[in-house]
Amino acid sequence: MKHGPFQAIVMGASAGGLEVLRTILQGLPATLPVPILIVQHISPDSDSYLPTLLGKHTELRVKEAEDKETLSAGVVYVAPPNYHLLVEADQSLALCAGSKVNFSRPAIDVLFESAAEVFVSGLVGVILTGANHDGARGLARIKAVGGLCIVQDPQSAQVSAMPLAALAASIVDYVRPAEKIAPLLNHLLL
Amino acid sequence: MAVSSVKISPETQRLELLLLLEAIYQKYGYDFRQYSMAHIKRRIDHRLALSGLPSISHLQHAVLYDPVMLLNVLHDLSINVSEMFRDPGFFLALRQEVLPRLSTYPFFKIWVAGCAAGQEAYSTAILLHENGLYDRARIHATDFNPHSLEQARQGNYPLTTIKEYTINYQKSGGLNSFADYYTACDQHGTMRPFLQEQMVFAEHNLVTDGVFGEMQLILCRNVLIYFNKELQNRVVGLFKDSLCPGGFLCLGAKESLKFSVHADAFEVVQEKERIYRKKRITQA
Ligand SMILES: C[S@@+](CC[C@H](N)C(=O)[O-])C[C@H]1O[C@@H](n2cnc3c(N)ncnc32)[C@H](O)[C@@H]1O
Repeated sequence: MKHGPFQAIVMGASAGGLEVLRTILQGLPATLPVPILIVQHISPDSDSYLPTLLGKHTELRVKEAEDKETLSAGVVYVAPPNYHLLVEADQSLALCAGSKVNFSRPAIDVLFESAAEVFVSGLVGVILTGANHDGARGLARIKAVGGLCIVQDPQSAQVSAMPLAALAASIVDYVRPAEKIAPLLNHLLL
Repeated sequence: MAVSSVKISPETQRLELLLLLEAIYQKYGYDFRQYSMAHIKRRIDHRLALSGLPSISHLQHAVLYDPVMLLNVLHDLSINVSEMFRDPGFFLALRQEVLPRLSTYPFFKIWVAGCAAGQEAYSTAILLHENGLYDRARIHATDFNPHSLEQARQGNYPLTTIKEYTINYQKSGGLNSFADYYTACDQHGTMRPFLQEQMVFAEHNLVTDGVFGEMQLILCRNVLIYFNKELQNRVVGLFKDSLCPGGFLCLGAKESLKFSVHADAFEVVQEKERIYRKKRITQA
């Protein structure tokens, strides 16, 4: 199936995600032509330290996602603790404090499903390491609307459950170890 | 998500959603047409999954003909979770930054818009009481959900949640024991009647209703987040028109005036706790 032109990347990660996300963001240039939206499972009481941590080793600007904010290329938006992150039809962001999904808030499924509605075949979805099955349903939705799906190779993942669940739920386009994901994205997007 | 809805294209679903909201508005008068569509879509998907209906169009049919389904959908679309002293840091800032300025008025009015089951209104009353200001205040607690307002009037909360409220209260710089403010009976705590003395509960819909008085302080927290930009602009405009010059506006932890067309009419008092103040001279 023909994808694109790509308009956005969504990524979901849980246990072990921080390191993988840093590896990926480090490999992407400031000229990245699309925004990246990230849900990393995180304790509800934690401060919003994630953007700072992820922003240290990348050329991309990393920030906490804000309600009603409009997406810009080359910027990484991280879901804040205790809120779901969604995308509106006008490509602005929405936060929502509704009930947890897959015991998580933010939940990967919530971001992926809402981004799929907006970007359809222009969306790239990436599922990374984690100990649950959040994201599997969202990735399936991305696939169903014609988007492109990437899953971290379960063998290379610190925790393989989440990649395995994603692979069980959809026929994905690429399975790659962490360090090969940024090169792949560059190849697809630049 | 209902399995079969996976196959429906997003454009078609968006159209179905608009038609559903239009139908609910035309037939029943509840207006969700300017709420955050991403949020509404999620709630409706949830209802589809629960009811086993294959599409939003089927749900529209059900809502038009079955009053029970309408109630279900209204319930899905209204998020009324709340806590007393929710975000304790905010109430600490209210105590330290805003109350001293309010105390310069001989009498002042506070509007708690979207008060849910009253938690925020009682928290505010307690704060004023502890600072010796409650006699001089009037709190207008409003919501568009009559069921929530009834709960607010009763001021009756399960003891299990009161436990959480107690922790919040302490973190927010509370001066007394939270137990001073309720009487426990039958696994419930009822807020002491004196807290209601300066409180007025009223139905008010932020989408359709207007200004009803000049306010010195408005709290509208975790409500705007469910509205789209246009409706948010309308409601912030309503607050601007309701506030006296120098009056305070407090929003929820993830809400801000940054993206509002009315941003220029306000100055920031505390960005982190989302406390703003209407400028004294509004530029033309
Ligand atoms: C999530 S609760 C927030 C409660 C409280 N302010 C807090 O922060 O804990 C949102 C409240 O807004 C109310 N609400 C939603 N739409 C409204 C409208 N159009 N007019 C008035 N109230 C509305 C809901 O009924 C609900 O009680």
